[in-house]
Amino acid sequence: MSKKSTANAEKTAGASVNAASPAQAPVNAALSREDKIELHRKMVRIRRFEERSLRAYQSKKIGGFLHLYIGQEAVAVGSCSLMGPNDHVITAYRDHGHAIAVGMDTKPLMAELYGKATGSSKGKGGSMHYFDPSRNFWGGHGIVGGQIPLGVGLAYGIKYKGLKGAAMAFMGDGAVNQGAVHEAYNLASLWKLPVVFVIENNGYSMGTSQARSSAGELAKRAEGYDMPWGQCNGHDLYEVRAMMDKFLTLAREKSQPSTVEIDTYRYRGHSVADPDNTYRSKQEVEDYRRTKDPIQVFQNQLVEEGVLDEALIEKIDAEARAEADTAIEFAEVSPFPTTEDIQKDVYWESDHPSERKSQGRLFFD
Amino acid sequence: MPLITYREAVRHALAEELERDKNVVVLGEEVAQFNGAYKVTEGLLAKFGPDRIVDTPISEAGFIGMGIGASMLGVRPVMELMFWSFYSVAFDQILNNAANVRYMSGGQINCPIVIRGPANGGTNVGATHSHTPENVLANHPGVKVVVPSTAYDAKGLLKSAIRDNDPVFYLENTMLYGEKGEVPTEEYVIPLGKADVKRAGTDLTIVTYGRCVHHSLAAAAVLEKEHDISVEVVDLRSIRPLDIDTVLASVAKTHRVLIVEEQKPFCSVGSQLAYMIQREAFDELDGPIHRLSTVDAPAIYSPPVEAEQLPNPQRVIKAALEAMG
Repeated sequence: MSKKSTANAEKTAGASVNAASPAQAPVNAALSREDKIELHRKMVRIRRFEERSLRAYQSKKIGGFLHLYIGQEAVAVGSCSLMGPNDHVITAYRDHGHAIAVGMDTKPLMAELYGKATGSSKGKGGSMHYFDPSRNFWGGHGIVGGQIPLGVGLAYGIKYKGLKGAAMAFMGDGAVNQGAVHEAYNLASLWKLPVVFVIENNGYSMGTSQARSSAGELAKRAEGYDMPWGQCNGHDLYEVRAMMDKFLTLAREKSQPSTVEIDTYRYRGHSVADPDNTYRSKQEVEDYRRTKDPIQVFQNQLVEEGVLDEALIEKIDAEARAEADTAIEFAEVSPFPTTEDIQKDVYWESDHPSERKSQGRLFFD
Repeated sequence: MPLITYREAVRHALAEELERDKNVVVLGEEVAQFNGAYKVTEGLLAKFGPDRIVDTPISEAGFIGMGIGASMLGVRPVMELMFWSFYSVAFDQILNNAANVRYMSGGQINCPIVIRGPANGGTNVGATHSHTPENVLANHPGVKVVVPSTAYDAKGLLKSAIRDNDPVFYLENTMLYGEKGEVPTEEYVIPLGKADVKRAGTDLTIVTYGRCVHHSLAAAAVLEKEHDISVEVVDLRSIRPLDIDTVLASVAKTHRVLIVEEQKPFCSVGSQLAYMIQREAFDELDGPIHRLSTVDAPAIYSPPVEAEQLPNPQRVIKAALEAMG
């Protein structure tokens, strides 16, 4: 694999989770049997939703790009499962997992991929632009690294309003080389804003490996901004939760920003338009899938714990497949937006004509 | 009415809105301790404290993006760009994020941010610091663009901009900061998208905005006195939304049009105006629409030559005489 291995805690100043016992970390020990089943179910639901969306894409039901999260599910599910009422999430374009993880209904999510009026953004955003402010989910952003200053702004808003909360600003490993990310790091640390920058390191910025794109350890760059940082494995949901809990607590309690690099992997190409035959081997994908699949790993843990058995595993999977099919049916029968809808949701004022204060033309032809 | 400067008018608008709404914060380079690079925010730190008046690092993409994110949570940031010319390093934040986030979310998110600062040439600072991006900004549906020309307009428009629930880009002019105008002591607001006839006339309509309003008014006085030409000067004040009706009403009166703008000609605000006027008032026109823009090159440094690159009263007079045929 041309990806650099993440450094361990012995060699760096960064924090790591004691690999022997992430399941025993207090935040995980506190989970009920039902909680654990729900975490597993969420990952399975994401997986089945995306597999189903891929088939729809291949049937030309979905346009544009489709960046699948398959293989990375434990990162979004683990992190978002820690959210309290004043915690917020923002991410990049590989956003299906986060959307489902924060609790969005899969029917409008699938309808959005179909470009339907019943979609989560009324068919105006597409795959890369899922949003749900009612669940503190602020997208879904298409430009690499461009969402990270917004994430710092969420943290600024939390702090300005005197709330106890944290923002999680997710990015891929490619984003760490964007200037906006570094500007955001500086502002967050300078002003002690409650944000956790989460690098989901899947090893490839599109088709360019980490070794070919980034100097040094990714998370360690936080040191230059006087921020604490940590690294953990992303295939182990317990480990993700243990690490993220530590840094979310630091943000909420002490308004201390940090960077967490989570080692993960995507099974599919950068987007489904990526033939995935130029920069990595099939063997590499297969090896990860066989040994580190996040759903399988957690499932095994829960079987060992006596939480899951074959029957329940089957049931959860069948329900997730059925849910994905239901989402497809919903998307299929939903109407497309009309051409009149094109100019709606552009301005708050044009959407609220009775409250409009400005005059003159807002739209041109 | 008291006479105050354009700079003071902007400052008073900021102070009144900071007083009115605790969600309003002012952020930007040198706005607090330094009292503002152009002293627009002078005294605000002392009055409102460091939580409301915030010095940022030189980091436009970072702090503008941060303001956009904060605005999504209901903070109402007024961000100062020391020069609007620096918008280019924050382009993605301004025109991908602020302009599009409402649309891409299907109308779920508001972005009540104001970005303000000077956008003009004429100060001999060369091409990098002399951009006038109102056309570039206004090309993006979802944003509003305002260019005040007087102290009165500056105050009333900024107060409206801060209360607006859409992103508003407010372009000032360093050459106007010291210009005095009458501004009432009682509170007032000017709606965005409302043009103002700064001088009534019957022979020629000059459509303009920003500092070129002053050039046009100076030229109009000469044209009246020396050429017996009665010029009507329409100050757009707001580029988007655009009060085209006031422009068309003036054209219906004078039948001749000169657009005066401190823009590079290609795809300028004037290009859009010319299209709309010919499309909607073709039968009213007694001659082709004329336009005076900045001479089409990057901003030259050489002080006396820069004055000739930009519109000025002499160039307006010449262009007006040409427009009169």
